[in-house]
Amino acid sequence: MECVFGLVGEGFAVVAADTSAVHSILVHKSNEDKIMVLDSHKLIAASGEPGDRVQFTEYIQKNVALYQFRNGIPLTTAAAANFTRGELATALRKNPYSVNILLAGYDKETGPALYYIDYIATLHKVDKGAFGYGSYFSLSTMDRHYHSRMSVEEAIDLVDKCIVEIRSRLVVAPPNFVIKIVDKDGAREYAWRETVKDSIASSA
Amino acid sequence: MKLDTSGLESSAPLFGSSNELIDGISAGPSFEIPDTMDFDGFQKEAVQMVKPAKGTTTLAFIFKEGVMVAADSRASMGGYISSQSVKKIIEINPYMLGTMAGGAADCQFWHRNLGIKCRLHELANKRRISVTGASKLLANILFSYRGMGLSVGTMIAGWDETGPGLYYVDSEGGRLKGTRFSVGSGSPYAYGVLDNGYRYDMSIEEAAELARRAIYHATFRDAASGGVASVYYVGPDGWKKLSGDDVGELHYKYYPVMPSTVEQEMVEVAGA
Repeated sequence: MECVFGLVGEGFAVVAADTSAVHSILVHKSNEDKIMVLDSHKLIAASGEPGDRVQFTEYIQKNVALYQFRNGIPLTTAAAANFTRGELATALRKNPYSVNILLAGYDKETGPALYYIDYIATLHKVDKGAFGYGSYFSLSTMDRHYHSRMSVEEAIDLVDKCIVEIRSRLVVAPPNFVIKIVDKDGAREYAWRETVKDSIASSA
Repeated sequence: MKLDTSGLESSAPLFGSSNELIDGISAGPSFEIPDTMDFDGFQKEAVQMVKPAKGTTTLAFIFKEGVMVAADSRASMGGYISSQSVKKIIEINPYMLGTMAGGAADCQFWHRNLGIKCRLHELANKRRISVTGASKLLANILFSYRGMGLSVGTMIAGWDETGPGLYYVDSEGGRLKGTRFSVGSGSPYAYGVLDNGYRYDMSIEEAAELARRAIYHATFRDAASGGVASVYYVGPDGWKKLSGDDVGELHYKYYPVMPSTVEQEMVEVAGA
């Protein structure tokens, strides 16, 4: 029931993810942030088994930071995506991670990029992508309304269209979503779309 | 010298009828294979069989004054109640508590291990470990054992420099920071009472009563929960056990027996 989707616009990439942490029929938490800031200009939106998701994305984050320490320059988005895919592939036949990832980033030279990396280490550079049951609704919505070089307002509007569609059509739809954006000014949280508020919102 | 060739003898002939070619020649060493069609699945089944269901109710929540932790005390093996007096709230150190759900041995051992690691951290760094750090230590250990059949569903509750902290950690490797959690087979029932009655600014007595009530209602509906509802409070000076009430007695306290009208009454039949 985890929904993760994203798209590339004019000079930016945006990703959205649901924020429910679920265990069979129980919702343990409805403000769990599943989009990790990988470094200043990269975002990883991950969905999958809870332990794998956090452990694997943190592992990638620390290795990306280590590269920057060692070499003085940050990895490009393409390099980070290929590194992530490589780690998934190496573990696949031994101790596989059940994580699906959308990696969004901005490089000065090449602009914004979105990479689709699934749990069996498939890697695609895409303009728009989605994972989970929500993908059945968001992919066609994005296919219909997407055009290249969308503005931030148009892209957020499309993200909201997808969220509305997921909320109305998915049988156990997650109540809350988080939207994060990455552009030349860096990776940051853009907005939350909440229908259920925790009395004290504490994020991981 | 007679060589021992018993290892080369096959346990049964490969083909039913003897064949001239095979006679006198051993058919090759054989070994026993599991009696199953699904080679890969049977291993997973074996692990699942050992894994006990998390028959318990534990809960914890953060409020203005600190953290309230409560649990039942029943241990069940399928339909048999093996104990009504299990300590499900484990004292990791004087300012941190862990709750037990899942395998009792797994929870007790790994909480004790966590206590050791926390103490080592204190000695090495001359300061107490944070709740964030302690829960991450436990989560990483459990993650490294994933798929091997550990069954742990625990909450780490404590008070550190940043104030009250509460984390949910389980044997699948999941770790969640939150303000309200309930774990175990009775947890949906406990959530029903806890979510409705929760306010951030409660007094310690109100919070303890809410915790006790939530455990009671869960034990009422869930067969695998029962025994004694223990309530602990974690404040700036560490944890303190507040109460331990038998849920049977709580039932009659909350719902005392009322005299009611008799609908049908058996009467003696006069004569034969």
